[in-house]
Amino acid sequence: MHQPILETDGLTVRFGGHVAVDAVSCAFNPGELTAIVGPNGAGKTTYFNLISGQVAASAGTVTLQGQDITRKSVSQRCRAGLGRAFQLTNLFPGLSVLENVRLVIQGHKTGRVSLFSMAEGDTALTDAAMQVLQRVRLDNLAAQQVSELSHGNQRKLEVAMLVALNPRVFMFDEPTAGMSVDEAPVVLDLIAELKRDHTRTVLLVEHKMDVIRSLADRIIVLHNGALVADGDPAEVIASDVVQEAYMGKELADV
Amino acid sequence: MINILLSGDRPRSMLLSALLLVILIALALAPFLFPGVRSLETAARICIFIVLVASYDLMLGYTGIVSFAHTMFFGLGAYGVALASTHMGRGFDALLVGSVLGALAAAVLAFAIGLFSLRVRAIFFAMITLAVASAVAVLVSQMSQITGGEDGLNYLTPRELTPAFRFGEAFGVKLNGRLLAYYLVFTACLALFLMLLRVVNSPFGRVLKAIRENDFRAEAIGYRVVAYRTMATCLSAAVAALAGSIFAIWLRYVGPDTTLSFSIMLDILLMVVIGGMGTMYGAVIGATIFVLAQNYLQTLMGTASEATSALPLIPELLSPDRWLLWLGVLFVLSVYFFPTGIVGRLRGVR
Repeated sequence: MHQPILETDGLTVRFGGHVAVDAVSCAFNPGELTAIVGPNGAGKTTYFNLISGQVAASAGTVTLQGQDITRKSVSQRCRAGLGRAFQLTNLFPGLSVLENVRLVIQGHKTGRVSLFSMAEGDTALTDAAMQVLQRVRLDNLAAQQVSELSHGNQRKLEVAMLVALNPRVFMFDEPTAGMSVDEAPVVLDLIAELKRDHTRTVLLVEHKMDVIRSLADRIIVLHNGALVADGDPAEVIASDVVQEAYMGKELADV
Repeated sequence: MINILLSGDRPRSMLLSALLLVILIALALAPFLFPGVRSLETAARICIFIVLVASYDLMLGYTGIVSFAHTMFFGLGAYGVALASTHMGRGFDALLVGSVLGALAAAVLAFAIGLFSLRVRAIFFAMITLAVASAVAVLVSQMSQITGGEDGLNYLTPRELTPAFRFGEAFGVKLNGRLLAYYLVFTACLALFLMLLRVVNSPFGRVLKAIRENDFRAEAIGYRVVAYRTMATCLSAAVAALAGSIFAIWLRYVGPDTTLSFSIMLDILLMVVIGGMGTMYGAVIGATIFVLAQNYLQTLMGTASEATSALPLIPELLSPDRWLLWLGVLFVLSVYFFPTGIVGRLRGVR
């Protein structure tokens, strides 16, 4: 058994009296794709926010590759290898599609800040960004301003940004939400590709059970902020806890 | 060549290119095209305000930081030159030392303000800058044994930059130190402007735009937003101080009214908005139009008032005393019709 790449230990956050994430302890193994499921309001996105640092934990720790990152800033966590795509599209709306991806690659490529070189002149950076855009079929829209993109294409760009970042741990928060039936496969194929690599660790919040069945190595279930199930996808989906969490006790009994 | 000078940021509009070219030529040949003390004063002022407004736009338009302390940085540079010239005696060394120290002081002060307040919400930074700027303005007028108080400071610049230094005549224009001083102003401002243009088109500048668009995401892809904001603020402050130094070299006088007053801060804001936020060319257009209006609107209105003296009411409205009213009307109209500024409008048409 190898050391987990990412681990949360008793991770908790309270908003006033409400406990949004309740002492979640979970270890994620390198190369594994873990699906995180649970009904709306179960705390999945909040759990993500705690891991990537947008929300500060009330208690518990987050450990990345053996290093405690609970008190680290969002950008420090990103540079340590934690990448995140957002559920609500979170792009640079006034910039071009290409520029959005270029910014991601520029950030983790160059350590130092360059004030007096011409950004336009860096063709290697542009090429790398174009390659990522090709993978999500957005290369023909590279020059378009992001705010003019359709919702589905913005979602694709959101995923492309994370692929461009190429972190050690990928965190996808409902990557196909709001996508049309013919757009979603591009994104799912991309995640499947990451998985085939076996070196990338993926955390995936997703509602669609067929997607989870085909992609996930493991499922964890959150309900009212607590971790209620953890294990093999087929078993967990069939288990009572999931049926109960998703459909309510009465319905599950019927 | 032009592409490298402009850092790949072309005007992207025929009309805008033409306008910029006209302004550049007019400023470059101002002493010969528009002889006379007053027009040369105006031309120098336009040069200096282009740099001042461009440096402010680096913060406001590119990084999305609202600051009310820009005249304070401008003043620091101006007082740097004035104090150095007073204490070191006239000479180019005093100008250089004063400019460098002024720019350094501005950057350090900007760093301190940024450290305290850029972490928190944007409005807090704006309030802090307002408070610090007011405090500095009060200090400068109170510490009269050092700064000359409300009267300001008069000092001598090197003889080569004064009207007394004559060296001939060309195209019917007397060649004197004033002409040299103007070209010092013009060259320094052009260099500073091109440098700012390069900065906003550098990888650093791209990150600033990203922060303006979505600081949350910029942080999430690994950029230390606070560090970038602080750097932009310091750079902007240092360039504003250099513009102040140039202004002091040109005027040979500094005082609270000419360099530190809040009305200059408002002028800068108006110039940025009229020209177009988030584009360096907006600073050129905004500063040129605004300074021209400031200097010639009164004259124009005087003429118009006399021409319509036979009519009722209209001469009253057009009286030169009402020039601020008309400047206000011009401003409201320009914001209404060009919400993205003149440059934004011109680029939008394409």
